[in-house]
Amino acid sequence: MRVHLTLNGRPTELDVAPSDLLLDVLRDRLGLTGGKRSCDVQVCGACTVLVDGGPVSSCTYLAAEAHGRQVMTIEGFRETPAFDQIADAFARHAALQCGFCTTALVLTTHALLEEGELTDEASIRHGLSGNLCRCTGYRAILEAVADLAGAEASA
Amino acid sequence: MTVIDVKGPTVGAGQVGRSMRRVDADEKLRGEAQYVGDIVIPGMLHGKVLRSPVPRARIVSMDTAAAATMPGVVAILTGDDLLDIDPFWGHAIKDRPIVAIGMVRFVGEPVAAVAAVDETTAEAAVKAIVVEYEDLPVVGTLDEALAPDAPLVHDGPTRPGLFHGLGTLPERDGNVCYRYRIGTDEVDPIFETAEVVVEGTYEFPGVYQYAMETHGVVAQVDGTGITLWATCQHPFLVRAEIAALFDVPLGKVRIHVPYLGGGFGSKSYTKMEPITVALARKAGRPVRIVNRVDESMVTTRRHNARTWMRTAATSDGRLLAREARVWFDTGAYADNGPRVTATGGDAAPGPYRWSAMRVDALCVYTNTAPSGSYRAFGASHLQWVGELQVDEVARTVGMDPVEIRRLNLARPGDEVRRGGKPLDADLVGDVEKVADALGWDRPRDADTGRGLSVGLLAAGAHPVSSAVVRMETDGDVVVLVGSTEMGQGQRTAMAQIAAEVLAMPAERVRCQGTDTRFTPYDRSTGASRSTTLAGLAVQKAAAEVREDLLDIAALVWPHPVASIELRDGAARCGGESRTYPELIARRFGLSGGQLTGEADVHPQGTGSYAEGPVFWEVCIAAAEVHVDRATGQVTVRRTATIADVGKAINPQLVERQDEGATMQGIGNALFEEMVYADGILLNDNLLEYRVPTIEDLPAHSTCVIVENGDGPGPFGAKGCGEGAFAGIIGAIATAVADAGVPVRELPLTPERVWRSIQEMQEDHR
Ligand code: FES
Ligand code: FES
Repeated sequence: MRVHLTLNGRPTELDVAPSDLLLDVLRDRLGLTGGKRSCDVQVCGACTVLVDGGPVSSCTYLAAEAHGRQVMTIEGFRETPAFDQIADAFARHAALQCGFCTTALVLTTHALLEEGELTDEASIRHGLSGNLCRCTGYRAILEAVADLAGAEASA
Repeated sequence: MTVIDVKGPTVGAGQVGRSMRRVDADEKLRGEAQYVGDIVIPGMLHGKVLRSPVPRARIVSMDTAAAATMPGVVAILTGDDLLDIDPFWGHAIKDRPIVAIGMVRFVGEPVAAVAAVDETTAEAAVKAIVVEYEDLPVVGTLDEALAPDAPLVHDGPTRPGLFHGLGTLPERDGNVCYRYRIGTDEVDPIFETAEVVVEGTYEFPGVYQYAMETHGVVAQVDGTGITLWATCQHPFLVRAEIAALFDVPLGKVRIHVPYLGGGFGSKSYTKMEPITVALARKAGRPVRIVNRVDESMVTTRRHNARTWMRTAATSDGRLLAREARVWFDTGAYADNGPRVTATGGDAAPGPYRWSAMRVDALCVYTNTAPSGSYRAFGASHLQWVGELQVDEVARTVGMDPVEIRRLNLARPGDEVRRGGKPLDADLVGDVEKVADALGWDRPRDADTGRGLSVGLLAAGAHPVSSAVVRMETDGDVVVLVGSTEMGQGQRTAMAQIAAEVLAMPAERVRCQGTDTRFTPYDRSTGASRSTTLAGLAVQKAAAEVREDLLDIAALVWPHPVASIELRDGAARCGGESRTYPELIARRFGLSGGQLTGEADVHPQGTGSYAEGPVFWEVCIAAAEVHVDRATGQVTVRRTATIADVGKAINPQLVERQDEGATMQGIGNALFEEMVYADGILLNDNLLEYRVPTIEDLPAHSTCVIVENGDGPGPFGAKGCGEGAFAGIIGAIATAVADAGVPVRELPLTPERVWRSIQEMQEDHR
C-alpha cells in the first residue's frame, strides 16, 4: 500500500506492506539508522521517533499508520536549532555513554519540553520512564534534562 | 606509580584530570555513531538462528527441505556443514559446537541457521525447519547437577580452550567442570574454639547483562579470508579463536569493531561470531546476524550461585577465620565460568586480616543458558555474603559496622592472596569516606537500614596491551589502540592520556575502533583494564613522539634539551617557540611527514593468574534503604560509592561509571532474576525481566573519587567502573539486614522480603 507522510520535513511517498513496522522501514529501507532496535516490545524506547511531535516506539508502530502524519527522526531533528541545546546539555553532563539509547532520549526530551510536561524532578522521572538506559544509571540524564527544563534535580 | 622516562621537563599539560566532553558525544547524539546493526555491506544477507525449544534432547532428525525451497533463502547451516573442521569452541573449555551436533543442551541453543535476502524471509525459513527431538532427563538446577546419579551435561574429555589462563584444567568431575581452591586446613581448629561463629547458605540469582545493543555480527568469507564486523569487547581473542576454528592463519581473519551499545562483559570473548562465519561460508555471501533480546539473554548471562559460608571471630570483634564453598551455575557451556569461579573464590574471604581461611569454588554445568562475564563478576556474587557475616559478627558483639571494619581490614602491602599482588589501596580510609558520604551517623527511623560493604576484585586480566601514537603533519594525533569503546569512555581517556604527554589539547587527538589488521594487539576490554594497561601503552607510545619532538627542537635551538619545554602544542625555549607542525616540517621538509611512537605493556613475571592481579579493584559502597514492612518493598534512598582510581583521568566519566554500576547493582540486588523452571526460562523478555528505569534512581547518590596515585597505570591511575557494582549489592543487602530483615537470597523482591518478615515474626511468637 502507498503511504504519504512528511518525513523530516520532506513530503515522502512509500510503498509498504500492511505489516511493515515503521522502525524497519526507517532503518532498512531508508537508511535512517539513528533510531535503534532493542527490546522489540515497547519497553526500552530506543526506537523512539516523533510522530506529529509526540514520541512513539517505532518497533511497534505500523508504517502504514504514519500515513498523513509528520515523522521526525534524529536525522531530521539534528538539523534544527532545538537539537543543539539538548545535545549540549547531554554532552556537558555526560548523559550518554554507549549512545544506544541516546537519540531516543534526545527526541523524547524535546517532545516533552515542547509540551511543557517537564516542570520538576518528578515529572522528568515520569516522562522519561519509558526510555531505558543501561549505562548511565540515569543520574546524568536527570541532571541534563533538569537543566534544560529549568528544574531542580536532587543529587 | 609508573614513571615513564621522558626527555625535557614534564609540565602538567592539564589534559589528565580534566572533565573534558566525551570525544564521541556529538556522533552519538546526532545518531551518526555506527553500531554493527547499522552496517550494510554489498551483497549482504540476513541470518536467523533456529534455537532449541527443549533443554536437553537428542536430535532425532532435521528436515530443511521446505525451508530451502522458500524464495529468498540462500543457505541453511546445520551440523552437517561442519564436517571439514573441528567445530567446537570456547575460550576456557572447548565444549561448544557452532550449531548443535546430535544433541541440544539448553533452551535457545543454536540448532541451525538460515541466510536469506531479508530478515522476514530468514525468520519464516527458520520456522519451516522441522526438527524431531527425543527428550532426555533435564539437569535444571545446581541440586540436580550435583546429585550423585545426575545425568552428565557433557561427557568425553575436557578440552582446554585457547585462553583459559588458569593453569592446567582438571578433568571434569561429574558436572563440575572447574574447581578453584585457596587457603588452608588451619581454619578447622579456629572454628572449634572461636567465641563467635556465624554461618549460612546464600543464593544469588542468574541475571541478564542487557547491553541495550544485542549481540551482532556481519561476516564475509572470501578469497582474502574472513572479515567480521562484530560486537566484540575482545577482538584479538575472537580473531584467534575464529582462526583456530576455521583453520586459517591469524592474518586471514580481520575484525572491525564499531561502537558497542554497551557490553558489561556480555560481549567479552567469542559469542555469535562462529555461527555467523559458518553461515557466511555456506552462503558464499556476507551475512549479518543480529540477536533479538530473548536470544542475547541465552547467549550469555550471569551465573546464579550458591554460597555456604562461615566466619569465626573473638567476642571483641576480631575476625579470625572464614570458610566458604561456592557453586557457580555455568549453564550448558563453560563460557567464562572457570574465570568467574576463580575470581569469586578470590573475593570470598574479603579483604580482612584472617588468621586462616579456606575457599572451595566449583563451576557446575546445568541445562540452562551458558553463563559468562558481567561487570564485577565473582565479587558481585560473594561480597554481599561475606559482608552480611561481618555485620552479623558486629551485631553479636555490639560493634558498629564501620568500627569492626576499621579493626580488621587489610592494610596496604598486606597479602591478599598467597603469592599474588599485595594490597595496593587504603581500604580503611575508603570505608571512612564512604560512611561520611552516606551520612552514617544521621538520625533515622525504625524502617530505615544502612549498610556498607567493602571488597576487592582481581582486575586487569592478562597484562598485554600495545599502542601506536601518530602525529600528523598538521600536529593532530591519531591513537591506535585495541581496546573497545562500549560506553565507558575509553576513546576519551586515551585521547587525554596522549594529549597530556604531548602537551596539546585532547580535542586534537583521535582514537578509532579496532581493525585487527592495523590496530596493535590488545588482550581485551574488560576487568577494568583499559585505562590502566592500554592507557599505559598509549602513554609510552606518546612519550616516543614527545622525544622526537624534542630531538627536532634541539636542532632548532642549540641548547640542552632540559631547557626546552613542550607546552600548548609547541616547543618553547627562551622567548621563542615552534609549533609541532613547524617541527615536523623541519624534519621532513614541506611535503609532510609523520612522527610515530609505538609501545607495549607485557607481564613482568610469567603473567600467570596466580601472580596477579594487575591491581586490586576496590569495591566499596554504602546504601540507605527503606523497608515497607507491610508490603516488603525495599526502596534505596541514598547511595555512596568510592572510586579509588589512583588518578582520575576524567573525573566526570569516573563518577558516571560508578552511577551506572550502582544502578545495575540496584537491579541485581532488588529485582532482576532470570527465572528458570525445568530448564525453561520463564521471563525471556523485558516485560517480564525488569531492569531499572529512571524511576528507580535513588533520591541521592554520591561518588567519592579517591586519588592516592597508587595505581600501576598512567599517572598512577587504576581502573574503575566495576567495583561499585559489587559494593552496592553488598551495601543494599547489609542495609536491609540492618533494618531487621534477614537476608539469605537475592533479589530482595517485595515477596521475598515480606516472607522473611513473616517468618521472623513467627519465630518470635
Ligand atoms: S525496541 Fe522499541 S521500545 Fe524497545
Ligand atoms: S548510554 Fe548506553 S544505554 Fe544509555
